Amino acid sequence: MNSLIPLLVAAPLAGAALLLLGGRALDRFGHWIATALAALSFAFGLALFADMLGRDAEHRAVTEQLYSWIPVDGFQADVAFQLDQLSITFVLLITGVGTLIHLYSVGYMAHDERRRRFFAYLNLFLAAMLVLVLADNYLLLYVGWEGVGLASFLLIGFWQHKPSAATAAKKAFIVNRVGDMGLSIAIMLMFVEFGSFAFQPVFATAGDASEGKLTAIGLMLLLAACGKSAQVPLQSWLGDAMEGPTPVSALIHAATMVTAGVYLIVRSGAIFNLAPDAQTAVVVVGAVTLLFGAVVGCAKDDIKKALAGSTMSQIGYMIMAAGLGPIGYAFAIMHLVTHGFFKAGMFLGAGSVMHGMNDEVNMRHYGGLRKYMPVTFATFGLGYLAIIGFPGLSGFFSKDKIIEAAFAKGGTEGWILGLCALLGAAVTAFYMTRVMVLTFFGEKRWQPDAEGNDPHPHESPKSMTVPMVVLAFGSVFAGGLFVYGNSFLHWLEPVTGHAEGDSPLSPWTVTGLATACMLAGAALAWQMYGRSPVPVKPPVGSLLTRAARRDLLQDDFNHAVLVRPGTALAATLVWFDSRGLDGFVNGLAAAIGGISARLRRIQTGYVRTYALSMFGGTLVLVASTLLMRSV
Amino acid sequence: MIPAHALAAANGSGPSIPAPHIEYGQLSPMLVVFGAALLGVLVEAFLPRRARASAQLGVSLLGLGGAFAAVVVLAAQGHGTTKAGLLAMGAVAIDGPALFLQGVILLTAVLAVLTYAEGRLEPRINGHRVDAFAAQAAAVPGGEQERDATREGLRTTEIYPLTLFAVGGMLLFPAANDLLTMFVALEVLSLPLYLMSALARRRRLISQEAAVKYFLLGAFASAFFLFGTALVYGYAGSLQLGEIADVVSGVSQVTPALAVTTQNDALLLIGLAMLAVGLLFKVGAVPFHSWTPDVYQGAPTPVTGFMAAATKTAAFGALLRLFYVAFPGLRWDWRPVMWGVAILTMAVGAVLAITQQDVKRLLAYSSVAHAGFILTGLIATDRRGVAAVLFYLLAYSFVTLGAFAVVTLVRDSKGEATHLSNWAGLGRRSPLLAAVFALFLLAFAGIPLTSGFTGKFAVFQAAAEGGATPLVIVGVLSSAVAAFFYIRVIVLMFFSDPQPSGPAVAVPSPLTATAIGVGVLVTLGLGLLPQYFLDLASKAALFTR
Repeated sequence: MNSLIPLLVAAPLAGAALLLLGGRALDRFGHWIATALAALSFAFGLALFADMLGRDAEHRAVTEQLYSWIPVDGFQADVAFQLDQLSITFVLLITGVGTLIHLYSVGYMAHDERRRRFFAYLNLFLAAMLVLVLADNYLLLYVGWEGVGLASFLLIGFWQHKPSAATAAKKAFIVNRVGDMGLSIAIMLMFVEFGSFAFQPVFATAGDASEGKLTAIGLMLLLAACGKSAQVPLQSWLGDAMEGPTPVSALIHAATMVTAGVYLIVRSGAIFNLAPDAQTAVVVVGAVTLLFGAVVGCAKDDIKKALAGSTMSQIGYMIMAAGLGPIGYAFAIMHLVTHGFFKAGMFLGAGSVMHGMNDEVNMRHYGGLRKYMPVTFATFGLGYLAIIGFPGLSGFFSKDKIIEAAFAKGGTEGWILGLCALLGAAVTAFYMTRVMVLTFFGEKRWQPDAEGNDPHPHESPKSMTVPMVVLAFGSVFAGGLFVYGNSFLHWLEPVTGHAEGDSPLSPWTVTGLATACMLAGAALAWQMYGRSPVPVKPPVGSLLTRAARRDLLQDDFNHAVLVRPGTALAATLVWFDSRGLDGFVNGLAAAIGGISARLRRIQTGYVRTYALSMFGGTLVLVASTLLMRSV
Repeated sequence: MIPAHALAAANGSGPSIPAPHIEYGQLSPMLVVFGAALLGVLVEAFLPRRARASAQLGVSLLGLGGAFAAVVVLAAQGHGTTKAGLLAMGAVAIDGPALFLQGVILLTAVLAVLTYAEGRLEPRINGHRVDAFAAQAAAVPGGEQERDATREGLRTTEIYPLTLFAVGGMLLFPAANDLLTMFVALEVLSLPLYLMSALARRRRLISQEAAVKYFLLGAFASAFFLFGTALVYGYAGSLQLGEIADVVSGVSQVTPALAVTTQNDALLLIGLAMLAVGLLFKVGAVPFHSWTPDVYQGAPTPVTGFMAAATKTAAFGALLRLFYVAFPGLRWDWRPVMWGVAILTMAVGAVLAITQQDVKRLLAYSSVAHAGFILTGLIATDRRGVAAVLFYLLAYSFVTLGAFAVVTLVRDSKGEATHLSNWAGLGRRSPLLAAVFALFLLAFAGIPLTSGFTGKFAVFQAAAEGGATPLVIVGVLSSAVAAFFYIRVIVLMFFSDPQPSGPAVAVPSPLTATAIGVGVLVTLGLGLLPQYFLDLASKAALFTR
């Protein structure tokens, strides 16, 4: 059975290779191959899951050693997969949601000339993401980490003819490099400290390392997580990444890749548990991002960017939960999975709306769409209810658990985190209600597109609505299923461990508070956007609104603090380089060239000269041989 | 009536000469090649003119192929490892290095012969295909006789038996176990080469000049070798490499004569240095390299390719055997000197190549630099060094032959267009050919994934582990300098605009295409999957005595 594990990765990888190398012959049906291989991978995942369920909790984790990449004494780089409860959860999420989104893309990308290439990249992404979550060591994880970065870059910039898409891809790539640097440094530190970078030995001996070193490793891992999961201060790329085709936003930039940071922190729990300072940094990052993303989400008129702000904020919840240690690990992953359902569903809904509205993304140009796109409205609506935490739906359970865990942290810290989480819940309800109302309710504010065509909104084809419906089921039921008898917690506990915190508030109080916050936020949004007409041109707005529209000045900040000094530094270095180093190098080259030109003259072409030089050479050779003896 | 002396012999009372014992089976690679060469002479004598070329090609390929098969069989029987030993009363050794290098030489020769037979590059004369060799070698350049011979479409098919004789000498050279046999092999391989250098169809004067230079300087070098042989014999009282080693290290029985001569170390050391001169000339090491560019440029390009690949292989084989079998006891004397030679060779070869404007001269200087790189492996003085040199020679032979074969294809109305300015923009006109040449250049430069990298890595590693780290540093720096001119040609081919009246790339027959194709395959194969051949080389790296 374990031999299926490599096949999980091999199926989509083969698809990517086939589609990229296959050429135009595969243009007509290549996308079906890709979808079938994604589904095959999902089937393998289900089979492995069923097999795992058949074993008792202690024997569920298995490893499958493929081969040793660099077998050097003291440096063992293995290609080995580890399948345990945590990774199978991801495998099912990635391949399941991935297959649905492949299917959706068949409809969404039907008219794109480069469709085959798009599906090749999607398959490549699946393979890389599976390597990331299946790796049994940090080096292989890094391979997957870079692989998803590459796929993300290729897919954000998929419409590379648009300068904005090309720039966005580059931005995502560069910001991610900062995080990748953190991961590589963390791996080096681990190797120096533990002599290995495989999970098992590192976690087993983590206790022997000093707290300072563990904190350093933890902070570097956090930096990596910030880059990949768009957490403050490396959040700036996610909004721009929405330039990619919508299925990409749904799969990579909502459901799976951006959650890799959460996976990394939860997986490295053994390190973070011993480094409380690093944990504090994690919760701070999570709490700040939770609010940052939510505020940005309130101000955006672009439906995808509003959802992107929301993604950032929701991942903030997960990171915060992961930073709480064993109290929160399982809940971070639980929210990750439910979020995967409802956020992917909403992105697909947004794509469906754009599909019907001539690729319009400005919500101020929507309005009253519920009658025209009933399926999209229903599925998006269920996702909406899930994310704001409407009682009984997925998000209600998973977010509630995180808020409880935040209070359970105890002390002042617990209160601050808990209140942040509650505030976040209120703001979430506000901006999501805003999105919902602007898009599906109220007056039609439709505008003709650039060519002057009036939009004729219509429901999307089956290949797009079916995945949305499936995801909507997940949005509704997954949370309830997970908390029923604490099944999800018990499932993950052998891997992540679990501890009950000491909450100052009873669970029911927290639930009540959260629901009240949610209702207040939603009511405010309804008051602002549902009961009064929405202007087509955005009003000037308050200072905070204007700042939030500019992503809370993240790009201005980066520009002033990083880009400009960086450019100046580079210019200085170039100056030194061209004056100093290049001068030396060019001088050296010129000198060698000069020697060469002089030496050439020895080559006169006269055989007598050659003979003389041979004779001289022989004399020197004989003399030096004799000399060697005498010294 | 029975003659008296016969009676005496029968009685065993008179002095008798024992019949030498010859192991024909184990000498068969050489015997097959020499036999084929003699057959080639007969072909020249008895076959009609028009039938000669194809008959010669057939005889040569059969002879070389048969000899290669014999080498493979001998190696499979273990003559390279467990059954290694001395043949023909100790004159010839059969062991790993000998068989390995014989195999390399034979394979290179097969490819070289294929390029000889190329008949599609020169324009047809009176409907006859002609090759790269003079119509009639004896005709005076520019004279009446030459014009007639050319008009008749004659060809110098003697090139094939000459090549076979040279190959025979080359097979013997790395296997020669006494100094006189080595000298004979040296002459057997050199004399045909002198002639072959003079046989170019175009630019015959340069070709003849090259041949005369090569001959004069070669004779000079041979004289040094012979002188060295005499001095060493004077010291050790033997010509056999193994016995010389015994005398040098003092394990052999001291006869009264030896007791006198071995007091004078100068005899030995001067002899050693002069033997080295003779062999260093053949490998083209500085300061005995000055013939290389002139001869490489003047000789017909297929011959240059053969000479550059096979001669170097054979000569390094002899050099290895001389130093490893006869003079391991003197390594503290010859190592420092060879250090100097290696450093000079690498540096001068790389630096001088920078300013070359002719592809063939450029490749000549590059071959000088490579001789230096190979010498670093020789200096390692252990088995790993031998293995590295063997592998390097294998890799280098095929790259060199392929590169010169490519040179034959770039032509204008005056024949091969070897001036570098003619190569500008070749990548746009004929991307495949330029890509192949670029691959060979990258292999010369030692870029990973090509055989050149593996070979260079092997020799430098062996030298570094043998304690010659400074030498490796010089080697790496020289490689950096060398990379400049290799890459310059690539840049020229791919990033310059083609000349309006530039050369055209001729479409070769399958013969040259095969030679180039095999070169490409081996270059990539030894770069991507070198392990089998590295293992083979290290298995073969033990000399017998």
